[in-house]
Amino acid sequence: MRIRVVHRTSYRYDTPATGVIQMLRLTPRNHDGQYVINWRIDVSADCRLNQHEDAFGNLCHSFTAEGPLSELVVSVEGEVETRNTNAVMTGAIERFPPSLFLRETPLTTADDAIRDFAAATRAETGDDGLKLLHEMLARLHADITFDPDPTHTATTASEAFVLKRGVCQDLSHIFVAAARSVGIPARYISGHFHRDDGVTDQDAGHAWAEAFVPSLGWVGFDATNGICATDAHVRIAVGLDYLGAAPVRGTRYGGSGETLSVNVLVNQTQHQSQS
Amino acid sequence: MADVFDEMTGADGSIRPPYGELSRWLSEIPPEVLDHRRREAELIFQRIGITFAVYGETDSQERLIPFDVVPRILAAAEWGFVCRGLEQRVKAINAYIGDVYGRREILKAGVIPEDLVFQNPVFRPEMNGQKVPHDIYVHIAGIDIIRVDASTFYVLEDNARTPSGVSYMLENREIMLRLFPELFSRHRVAPVENYPNELLATLKSVAPATASSDPTVVLLTPGIYNSAYYEHSFLADKLGVELVEGRDLFVKDETVYMRTTQGPQRVDVIYRRVDDDFLDPLAFRPDSALGAPGVMSAYQAGNVTLANAVGTGIADDKAVYSYMPAIVKFYLGEEPLLNNVPTWRCREEDHLAYVLDRLEELVVKEVHGSGGYGMLIGPRADKAQIEAFRTKLKSSPKNFIAQPTLALSTVPTCVEEGIAPRHVDLRPFVLVGRDCVRIVPGGLTRVALKKGSLVVNSSQGGGTKDTWVLDT
Amino acid sequence: MLSRTADNLYWLARYVERAEYLARILEVTQRLATLPIAYGGETNEWESAVATAGCTGAFSTQYSEANEETVTEFLCFSTANPSSIRNCFELARTNARAVRTALTMEMWDAINGTWLQLKRFGNGPTSREEFMRFLRWVQEASLRFDGRAYRTMLRNDAYWFSRLGLYQERADNTARILDVKFHLLLPTNERIGGPLDYFQWAAILRSVSALTAYHWVYKESVKPWLIADLLILKDEMPRSLASCYGNLVQNLDYIAQAYGRQGPAQRQARAIRTRLQNRRMEEIFQQGLHEFIGEFISSNNRLDSAITEQYLM
Repeated sequence: MRIRVVHRTSYRYDTPATGVIQMLRLTPRNHDGQYVINWRIDVSADCRLNQHEDAFGNLCHSFTAEGPLSELVVSVEGEVETRNTNAVMTGAIERFPPSLFLRETPLTTADDAIRDFAAATRAETGDDGLKLLHEMLARLHADITFDPDPTHTATTASEAFVLKRGVCQDLSHIFVAAARSVGIPARYISGHFHRDDGVTDQDAGHAWAEAFVPSLGWVGFDATNGICATDAHVRIAVGLDYLGAAPVRGTRYGGSGETLSVNVLVNQTQHQSQS
Repeated sequence: MADVFDEMTGADGSIRPPYGELSRWLSEIPPEVLDHRRREAELIFQRIGITFAVYGETDSQERLIPFDVVPRILAAAEWGFVCRGLEQRVKAINAYIGDVYGRREILKAGVIPEDLVFQNPVFRPEMNGQKVPHDIYVHIAGIDIIRVDASTFYVLEDNARTPSGVSYMLENREIMLRLFPELFSRHRVAPVENYPNELLATLKSVAPATASSDPTVVLLTPGIYNSAYYEHSFLADKLGVELVEGRDLFVKDETVYMRTTQGPQRVDVIYRRVDDDFLDPLAFRPDSALGAPGVMSAYQAGNVTLANAVGTGIADDKAVYSYMPAIVKFYLGEEPLLNNVPTWRCREEDHLAYVLDRLEELVVKEVHGSGGYGMLIGPRADKAQIEAFRTKLKSSPKNFIAQPTLALSTVPTCVEEGIAPRHVDLRPFVLVGRDCVRIVPGGLTRVALKKGSLVVNSSQGGGTKDTWVLDT
Repeated sequence: MLSRTADNLYWLARYVERAEYLARILEVTQRLATLPIAYGGETNEWESAVATAGCTGAFSTQYSEANEETVTEFLCFSTANPSSIRNCFELARTNARAVRTALTMEMWDAINGTWLQLKRFGNGPTSREEFMRFLRWVQEASLRFDGRAYRTMLRNDAYWFSRLGLYQERADNTARILDVKFHLLLPTNERIGGPLDYFQWAAILRSVSALTAYHWVYKESVKPWLIADLLILKDEMPRSLASCYGNLVQNLDYIAQAYGRQGPAQRQARAIRTRLQNRRMEEIFQQGLHEFIGEFISSNNRLDSAITEQYLM
C-alpha cells in the first residue's frame, strides 16, 4: 500500500514564547514491511534541525527556535510504501536483545489489576505466547472503550485500566504492561494508521504495541483496532513507552497561554497489486 | 559477630604505631579542654552553615552533622595499599561501564547475567553506543570501605553516580587545623587541601574535543533545597566555577550555554550533582524542573561532558556489587586487591535458601535502597522484623542481597562518657582524568555515635571525623 | 556572572531595604496614632500605612478593618503577605543561600543571624514597647547588612548588582513615603499648615531620619515644598530620589564599563536622572505632588524591568 502522511503540530501562544526547544521522533525508517519513498520535516521558525539516532535506532531531530514566537508549526509530509508481513516485524534496527523490553517504566508499570488480567488470560490460553497475546488483544479491544476525554499523555497503564477508557496510547500501554507482567517482552510503537472507512483526517497519530514471540520475532498488536499490524500501519518510532517514542517532546521558555492542535492526514496515494 | 578490631588498641590491647602520639595526647589533654574545643567546633560549623537535610522529616530542612574531634589515623603503608586497590577497582568499573554500553563482552562471556543489566532501572538505554571522552564514565567515585582487622579492608559500596561528602573531608581538616595545631605538629599528616585543584584538573582533562583550550566547567546543583546544597556551593567556590541550576542552562544547536549577565556563555564540562532521572526533561522524567532541556542531545553530540556520565548506576547497583571481583578479573586479568564483603544474591535459589535459614545472623539489603534504609540487621532485629523481611524476601528475592554482619573497626571517639571506641567506615574519593587517577590522601570517616551501632549514615545519627594519612 | 546570581544579589538587597522601609512606615504610623486627635477616629493613619506600603489590595482581601492590630500583623508578621517584614527577611535569606559564595562571610552572618533572631519574635510582640523595639531591630538589621556589604564586598559586578537592588528599592520607598501625606486625612477642623499638618510632615521627615538634615539644609520651619525638595531633588540627601538615581546611574555605568557594553537600562536611568536634575519644585507642585510621584514610581518600575531583561534573565 502506498500511504501518504501529512502531520501538522501547531502551537499558538497568547504571550509570545522567548524560545522553544523540541525533540522530534517523526521520521519513519525502512524495514521489511515498509519503505520510505520520501519524507521531510518543516519547522515554521528559523532554526537548524539536528538529526541523530536514539538508543532504539529511531531517527530524531532536535531544534531550538528563538523568540519571540507567537506561533510554531512543525509539519511532516511524506510517502511510505508498505507491505503486509502478517504483523511480523523483520529487517528493523534492533539495538537490544528482546529481554530489555521486559523493563517496567512509570507509564507501563503493571499493577495488581493488570497482572490479574494477564494471568487470568494465560490461565485460559495456556503458555502459548502467540495465543495469549491474541487473546489479550481481543479482550482489551472489547473491554476498553475508545475515549479521548478522560486520559492525557501522562496517564499510566494502570490508571487507564481502571477507567476502562482511553486512546491508542493507553491501550498500547496496558497491552505492553500486561505482556511484560507474564514475561513477554513488549514495546510501544508510535506511527500512523490508514483507515479503510474513508476517513483520512485524524486529530492524532496512532500507537500500537509489539511483543516478542520467540518462534516469530517481534509481532505488532493494535489493541485500539483489535487487529495485528498490517500494511495500513506506518511505523515511526519504538520505545519502552510513549515517552520513548513520543512524536514531540519539548520545552518552552517564557510566554503563556499555549494552545496545541494536531492535524494528521493519512491517505492512500496509489493502488498497487502485490504478488 | 566476630571480635571488634580497634584501630588504636589493635587486637592485643597494645597501642598500634600510627596512634602512638594521639594516644599520648588523649591521655594528656584535660577532658574539659577537649570538651571546650568540641563545642567550639560545633559553633564554627553552625556559623558557616554546614548542614544537611534528612529526607522524609518535616521542618528539618537544615541540620548539622555531628563532628567528632578525635582524628582517625592511617599509616602510610596502609593507605598505599588501599590506594592501589581503589585505583584498580575504579579502572575496572570504567572498563565495565564502557563494555556494558558498548560491545557487551562481559554479558556474552556469561560473567554477569544479561537480565541483571538490561532489566535494571539504572541501566540507561540512552547510553548505548554513546562515546564519552577518553572512555571515562566515572570521573568521581566515592568508594565506601570498612576495615575488620589489621590487614583486611572490604569495599562495602561503590558510589559511582554522584557521591557526596567530600566537603566534610575538607571542612573537617580545616577545623582540626584551627582547633588542634599542636596535635598536627606532633604528626606528619598528608594534606587534603589540594582536592579542589585535583578535581578541576580532572574535569578539565575530560572536556570535549570541541571545547576551547581553557574549557568552562560548571557545577550543576538541584538547588538550595537539596540535602547536599551546602557541599555544592562549597565546592563550586573552591573550584572557582559557577554553581548553576538547570534554569541557568539552555541548549541551542546541541551546545550547552549558561545565562550570564554578559549574555550566553558556552559550557564544556558539567560536574553534575543532579541524578540521571532529572537531568533532561526531553530525555528522562518529563516533569523534571531541575535539569536542562536538551542537555542529553548536546551530550550525545559530544559537545559537552557530563561528570559523571549518565548510566553509571549500572556499576554501583547493589545487585551488580557482588560481581565486582569477577569484573576486576575480567577486564584487568588481576586478582582484586580490595575484597568484597561476601554477598549472597537472593536472586539465586541456593543463595536464597541459605539466607532464609540464617536471617538472624545476616544483614539483608534492598538492591536499590540507600542511606541505610530498607535494610535488616539480623542480630539487632526482633522476631517480627525478621518475619516481615522473610515475607518480602520470598515474594521478590531479586530485590535483595545478604551479607554477614561485619564487625566494623572502631576508633576512639569523644562521647558523653569520655573517649570511647565507636564503629567507623571510610569513603575515599577517587578522581579519574584523562591523564591519571588522583586520590587525595584521606577521605570521609563516618562514625556511628551510638554505642554498638553499625549504622554510620548521617541520616541515622552518624557523625564524621577527620581522616589522617601519615606521611611516613 | 550567572544571571541568576545577579538576580539573587539584586533581590537580596531589595528585600533587606524593603524590610527597613516597612519598619520606618510603621514607626511613623505609631507616632501619628499617639496623637490625641487620633483617638477621635477622624484620622486614618493605619489605613494610610497600608496604602503607603503599596498593598491595599492584598490587605483588603484578608481584613475588613485597618487598625493597629491588623496592620501590624499584616505588614510585620503575616506569612500570607508576600512583602511582610518576616517574608522580606525570609526571602532575603533564601536569595542569600542561593549565592552563598558570592557573599562575604560578614554579609552571610548578618542575614543568617537576622533570620535566626526573627524566630525569637514569634508571631508578634506582646506590648507596644516591644513592638517599637522590634521596629528598631529591623532597621538595625538592615543597617548592619548594608554596612557589612559596603565594607567587605569586592567592588565588582556582584557589588554593583546588589547596589542596584538597594537603590531601586530605596527610590521606590522614598517616593511612597512622600505620598503618605496624600493618603493621610486631615480632619475638617484642621487647617493646612496647622499643628496637625505640621506634625504629620515632621513625622515623615523623622521616618527617613531627615528631620535634623532638614534643619541643617533649610534652617527653616517644616514646610511641605521644602520637604519635597529635600526628598526629591537634593543630591546630598542620601535617601532622595536624586541621590538614588545618581547611584543607580553610577553603578550601571560601572557594569557597562566592565562588560564593555551598555543598553536600555543605562539609557533609562540617565534619562530619569536628567529629568530629576532639571526639575524645579514649583513645577512639581503645579503638576501635583501625588501625580509626580505616581509617574516616578512607574518609570522606576520600568527601569527595574530594563535591568531585569538586560542582565537578570
